[in-house]
Amino acid sequence: MGKVSVTTDRCKACHLCIANCPKEAISPSGKVNSKGYEYIVVDDEKCVGCGSCYQMCPDYVFEILE
Amino acid sequence: MKQKAPVSISSNPHSFCQGCAQGIVNRLIGEIMEEMGTTDKLVVTTDVACGAMNVEVWNFDTIVGAHGRPIPTATGVKKVRKDVLSVAHLGDGAAYNIGLAETVHGALRDDDVLVLVLNNGVFAMTGGQTSATTLVGQKTTSSVKGKRAEKEGKPFHVEDVLGKMDIAYLARCSVDSVPAIKKTKKYLKKAFEKHQRGEGFCLVEILTPCPTNWGLSPAASMERIRNEVIPQYPLGEFIDRGGEE
Repeated sequence: MGKVSVTTDRCKACHLCIANCPKEAISPSGKVNSKGYEYIVVDDEKCVGCGSCYQMCPDYVFEILE
Repeated sequence: MKQKAPVSISSNPHSFCQGCAQGIVNRLIGEIMEEMGTTDKLVVTTDVACGAMNVEVWNFDTIVGAHGRPIPTATGVKKVRKDVLSVAHLGDGAAYNIGLAETVHGALRDDDVLVLVLNNGVFAMTGGQTSATTLVGQKTTSSVKGKRAEKEGKPFHVEDVLGKMDIAYLARCSVDSVPAIKKTKKYLKKAFEKHQRGEGFCLVEILTPCPTNWGLSPAASMERIRNEVIPQYPLGEFIDRGGEE
């Protein structure tokens, strides 16, 4: 299990998480959610669970699990 | 460390634009209320603007004040319900243009109220017109060639107007980066604690982006706050009555 849980349906593709992730672990997924936005995906290999995405996300997509 | 957005602000989806920082500010309010154990004690008076969309988001008691006048409404709430935390939540257009008289007189009376001003430098809900805090040279829908100091006026600095008044707290912070957001939370929590102790008028101005009306991407809007807005609007605590000077 990864360090971050992602609620993709909340994502509005603002990409503030991508701009602020210190490990460059977040990228656009290429898939579209129910609102029509291309949501993001977290690379669990690179993620260290620092919580930067949680801090920056205006739409509460992220939950830090550990 | 486990981190999850508080239920009080995340149970309903919000309809703000991509990259709007209202969600970030809401999360900070929700987290502080959880930490202080006062989620059911908060009454927020919001303004008739983008902030009014929070009515469907917040699980707090909420009032929508007359346009530009959430501060006297929130003062009234506090006068009749001394047990609640009364917050006025408004933008720069409401606090510094439409409701400047209410802002100044609230501070002069040192009303027992906590004012949150989300300063994005435009009237966002009505389509991005020039506000008092628009920077000189900034293009808006009512200053298409850029705001001119000699025509539309110079930018408004709240610390110049309220800075010498006898109020409890005055600070400016930003949400442009993770460290800035953590500092904003620190300032907000201090203001909430002062308000809970009934120390008087507290005003926290938060520099927020408006990607839609600035015509920039959310990430570029945060860059603009860092590179253009903060040099004009310095961050920090201007008044901290009774605190460490």
